[in-house]
Amino acid sequence: MLGLNRNDFLMLLFVFVLVAAAPIFLNPFPEGSTFAQFNAGYPDLMQRFLIFGIFAIGFNILFGLTGYLSFGHAAFLGAGSYAGVWMLKLLTINVIPAIVVSTIVAGVFSLMIGYISLRRSGIYFSILTLAFAQMSFALAASVLTPITGGETGLQTTLSDPRILDGAAAGTGNIPAPSLFGLEMGHSWKVAVGDWLWTFNVGYYLCAFVLMIVFYISIRIFRSPFGMMLKAIKSNNERLSYTGISPRPYTLAAFVISGMYAGLAGGLMVSMDPLAGAERMQWTASGEVVLMTILGGVGTVVGPVLGAGIIKYFENIFSKINDGLLEQWFAFMPDGLADFMVTIVHPFVGKGWHLSLGLMFMLVVIFLPGGLVGGVTGLFRRLFRRRSH
Amino acid sequence: MSSDKTPLNIPLSRRSVLKASAASAAVVTAPMIIPSSAYGYANEPKGDSVTLGFNVPQSGAYADEGADELRAYELAVEHLNGDGDGGMMNTFSSKALRGSGILGRKVEFVTGDTQTKPDAARASARSMIEKDGAVMITGGSSSGVAVAVQGLCQEAGVIFMAGLTHSNDTTGKDKKANGFRHFFNSYMSGAALAPILGEAYGKERRAYHLTADYNWGYTTEEAVRTSTEAMGWETVAAVKTPLTQTDFSSYVAPVQASGADVLVLNHYGANMVNSLTSAVQFGLRNAQANGHNFEIIVPLYSRLMAKGAGENVKGIFGSTNWHWSLQDEGSKAFVKSFGEKYGFPPSQAAHTCYVQALLYADAVERAGTHDPCGVAGALEGFEFDGLGNGPTLYRAEDHQCFKDVLVVKGKENPTSEFDLLEIVEVTPASKVTYDASIFGGELGTCNSGA
Repeated sequence: MLGLNRNDFLMLLFVFVLVAAAPIFLNPFPEGSTFAQFNAGYPDLMQRFLIFGIFAIGFNILFGLTGYLSFGHAAFLGAGSYAGVWMLKLLTINVIPAIVVSTIVAGVFSLMIGYISLRRSGIYFSILTLAFAQMSFALAASVLTPITGGETGLQTTLSDPRILDGAAAGTGNIPAPSLFGLEMGHSWKVAVGDWLWTFNVGYYLCAFVLMIVFYISIRIFRSPFGMMLKAIKSNNERLSYTGISPRPYTLAAFVISGMYAGLAGGLMVSMDPLAGAERMQWTASGEVVLMTILGGVGTVVGPVLGAGIIKYFENIFSKINDGLLEQWFAFMPDGLADFMVTIVHPFVGKGWHLSLGLMFMLVVIFLPGGLVGGVTGLFRRLFRRRSH
Repeated sequence: MSSDKTPLNIPLSRRSVLKASAASAAVVTAPMIIPSSAYGYANEPKGDSVTLGFNVPQSGAYADEGADELRAYELAVEHLNGDGDGGMMNTFSSKALRGSGILGRKVEFVTGDTQTKPDAARASARSMIEKDGAVMITGGSSSGVAVAVQGLCQEAGVIFMAGLTHSNDTTGKDKKANGFRHFFNSYMSGAALAPILGEAYGKERRAYHLTADYNWGYTTEEAVRTSTEAMGWETVAAVKTPLTQTDFSSYVAPVQASGADVLVLNHYGANMVNSLTSAVQFGLRNAQANGHNFEIIVPLYSRLMAKGAGENVKGIFGSTNWHWSLQDEGSKAFVKSFGEKYGFPPSQAAHTCYVQALLYADAVERAGTHDPCGVAGALEGFEFDGLGNGPTLYRAEDHQCFKDVLVVKGKENPTSEFDLLEIVEVTPASKVTYDASIFGGELGTCNSGA
């Protein structure tokens, strides 16, 4: 169906159900309970799951298929963000131009960087992309301050022209990004017993976009073009000897993944209209590499999963403080409780990077195919055992 | 999508039990859509507690300030809830606060890390508003962050009580109806410093500026330039430095060859500690230029910075919002209760944050509601005293506080590790007051998020 084989269609359906119902099952704990801390079903984080999911899906098209490890993808996310905010400032507060233009701008930008960087492969390619990204960061943070807002970031203001709708001149309030009048920040709250679920407009816009780009990504993976990209990964030289120049293919993959990053940036500013330079920093580029590897390089759902896990750690684990820990271990005898707090303390709150790092190490060592690789491996083994 | 795939360190059985009960609850109770009209305004407190969001830098160049801000907020919450000795609540000219929480509700708080980055600060503030139901956001030690978070609070419909932010922009070009600032600003620093500098160093000086590359640095450089040039100084060069810079030697090296005889460090926090240390290592303090002693100026000073820079701050001029050695009743009460709880005196960052928390609580009590529009009405044009800065006005036109400015100098013979700055002059509020329209920007109208 939809030009997909049965397995892929089921996977698409699975992701659709997952994304559509996320506001419900991301809030598994009732409001006010001890574990409500772990609820992730609030708009900001749910939007981030999807946006970084899109970013990682795009990154995976380049890294997962061709094996070219770009260390500068955050530059495209940032370029898309700035383009998006400028559209919201100049054209209209409707998010559609922002999303479309940010994708295009990132595409053009990645064409320029890709054209130069792809003259080299392996580590040299990675270093080149890293250098370009850091250059973009330095430009955005300082040199191009009039365009990017420098370290203060770029925001919408009351006096923006917004030539298409000229909105808000009279209301005295900066209009919030919207889709034909439906504000991105608008939510419907539904209470079922003690549970509270938030259905947010912005989230479902992100979900809609994610489903489209996820579908495109599956089609790319299964297409002859995708096959060519895989050939580049498995043996670039052999491909050249058969008379095929790999560069147009890698450049196309690079631009596509750059556009995915720009799209993510455009969505990001549509949800919250501010673009800061640190979005382009190398740590942000490294993050998407981690997401992809954690979830499973070259798998279709892996990157989305990896993005979800990293954002969950960043937003939920980082908020657990000593007070909460003491509450959790309060049932233990005093000495033991203190001991537990001391042991757990370095891994939560400010130390969330540490738990993430440990998890990353475990995944890389024991599940080289990432979490998705691990799960499919497990299924295969179970299945084989059963058939015996 | 991560909930069922993320290791939560909770036994699986428990989770499946909860899920099963969630499913059965769904069958038993019909879902109820909560209309937005159920809330008169964003995050209206319904129970017996109210949540405030403390968004402070816990990492980065301003982490020291952030840690002190958090201490001050915890102390303020203690006092608001009626624990401790009440601190400045006893000396505050408004008597609406009684130590019974805010409007009878117990004050609770959530914290977040701004990382001194506008992006991260906004994300953290958003999660406090959306997840934890914070009805007010406060804190921060960077103007870049303050402007970003203030914009967010305006959109979300909650009050923003700015922490330490010194850029003119916060209540100037980027002012917002939901945002309020107690701290002073670059313009006031320039206006207060210039006469003192003219007296100490003469009217014929050539200044070299090193400026942190974001909105605070820009307005501080501009304010100091304008006010010193007005009395005859010349500006040789102004070089921007990245906020994340830790080694300033490449920026300090060209200073002496430039023909300047004054170095102005428009740096704050760890930036200033590092750049001042570099300048001293390059021998600038003992140097002679144009027949003068070479001098260094730090427009915005704090005790935490003086502590970090150690010996190097002796004799260096700057301005500050508040200093613990002030002898008015409010300052004494605050220093006493802070000192008793933490064992050392508070910094100016701690002071302004404590005061902002109290001012917010007081405004809510007087307005009788947490509704941002009601609170804003209670704060606008509010005149108060007894919070350590003398008589103060919260100006209605730009939500900026007007009060005396302290000009300070690094002490030559400190008696303790905290006694690092001495107050040279208290510039009266009337001398640093300006017209509200000079920085442009529009306040807009208050947003209650309903």
